[in-house]
Amino acid sequence: MKIAIKLPFALLFLSATLASADPSPARIKELTHFVRQECGFCHGLHLTGGLGSPLTAPALHGKDAETLIAATLHGIPGTAMPGWAPFLSNADAHWIIHALKTGFPK
Amino acid sequence: MKITALLAALVLYSLPATAEPLMATGDLGLIVERATGSLLEVNTTHARILRRIEGLGDLSHASMVFSRDERYAFVFGRDGGLSKIDMLTGLIVKRVMQSGNAIGGAISQDGTIIAVANYTPGGVKFFDTDTLELLAEIPTGSKVVGIEDSTDNRFAFSLWENKQGEGEIWVADLSIDRKNPKITQFPNIGKQPYDALISPDGRWYVAGLFGEKGIAVLDMWHPERGVKRALPDYGRSDPTLPVYKMPHLETWAMVGNLAFIPGVGRHEVVIVDVSTWQQVGVIPVAGQPVFVIARPDGRQLWVNFAFPDYAKVQVIDVEARQVINTLQPGKAVLHMEFSPRGEQVWLSVRDGNRVEVYDTRTQKKRAELPALAPSGIFFTPRAHRFGL
Ligand code: HEC
Repeated sequence: MKIAIKLPFALLFLSATLASADPSPARIKELTHFVRQECGFCHGLHLTGGLGSPLTAPALHGKDAETLIAATLHGIPGTAMPGWAPFLSNADAHWIIHALKTGFPK
Repeated sequence: MKITALLAALVLYSLPATAEPLMATGDLGLIVERATGSLLEVNTTHARILRRIEGLGDLSHASMVFSRDERYAFVFGRDGGLSKIDMLTGLIVKRVMQSGNAIGGAISQDGTIIAVANYTPGGVKFFDTDTLELLAEIPTGSKVVGIEDSTDNRFAFSLWENKQGEGEIWVADLSIDRKNPKITQFPNIGKQPYDALISPDGRWYVAGLFGEKGIAVLDMWHPERGVKRALPDYGRSDPTLPVYKMPHLETWAMVGNLAFIPGVGRHEVVIVDVSTWQQVGVIPVAGQPVFVIARPDGRQLWVNFAFPDYAKVQVIDVEARQVINTLQPGKAVLHMEFSPRGEQVWLSVRDGNRVEVYDTRTQKKRAELPALAPSGIFFTPRAHRFGL
């Protein structure tokens, strides 16, 4: 548990130094599945929205990436959007938001 | 002689080309394959797959109801598709795109009306079960959740958030005119109702609240008494505690006067005495429960969990009020369904691409069936129960 909580901070630090380092290809495969399935519960398997808002490229167009990354990691207070920091690193969240903004892989 | 030969030829000729044995549907079911937009038709007596039915669109979070003759399934797809499936032939009899984004539906007491709850545009639509012709439409200006059928061809449903950010409960009465539902609105029932259930007798409509504590209860025998709040301590103890998946209330496990419901964001099953609407206990479990379902005889509860504990399933002994077994079917057990009298339970194991069948008495696996990323499992006896 301790590790799980510390990990994101360690990675936060890491990603500050490796600003735009992408997750490994294996991790990207995991993340793709993760987003479609776990985020898909609320945002829809095709990310076209459900209880959560649509996360398609057109829906996110023009929205500030840093805000969306923060929402992904820490949730949106007062809404049903939970924070995923225990399971996603900063680099993961970066990759997810950029992938969402440019059209999420199948 | 000639005539008998002719008659015999006629009889032969009029037989269906494929002389399949006659089949009934009481032990059949459909399993949703969410990623591929397909369904598996299964037989529960022989734990067998009969066929795969394809072409149903986006089936993430899909659910279905059955016609009262248990022959047809009405499948509610996420993409707003409403499909009518003939379980005898495995064919899609009819399919309409009825909205942009749907969440679920219900079937009227007399079996003639299908109601569908929609997210976008928010509202409810009613369809004739024979033709899927649109009968009526109720725009709500909000996402609709927790649609349930009750007595007298009434449907109750909840509005996630109205313009003031409040939840509402509406009742649509189609008993007099199917094309002009009589609507009763109950505003300000609490913040963000996320799902609802109807008690097995069709009397109590109960909405769970996400945005605050408590539940909203409507007595369908006495709607004039209004919506009451109950269980003031039930809900998220800590609003910052993340909830990774909304618990489902649809099948509120009722045993006698006791209802067993998933704790929201908490690792517990909550016990409620419905004669007083008081919380009378909790049972600690291995994660945030999603479904808490009672075996038809009420002696056991089976519980599955939200991410990240969704590889497990726990079995609770109702008399002892404690967990008696923890199973590890594998990653992402999304749904569970009992056979009509509960001697077996079927579990969908999404990432394992299989459905597992367990003997509920021994809790040993009896069979395993291949399925593509399976989610919801629906057996035809649901046809004869309120709220399913
Ligand atoms: C339990 C339901 C739920 C899950 C699971 C969920 N979300 Fe959300 N999410 C929401 C809701 C509800 C909102 C809308 C909040 C609001 O009303 O503004 C939202 C909003 C967002 C937003 C902001 C969108 C915008 O247009 O501003 C992002 C980004 C987001 N979610 C990403 C994710 C990611 C990535 C995942 C998976 C790691 C995820 N969500 C999983 C419920 C969920």
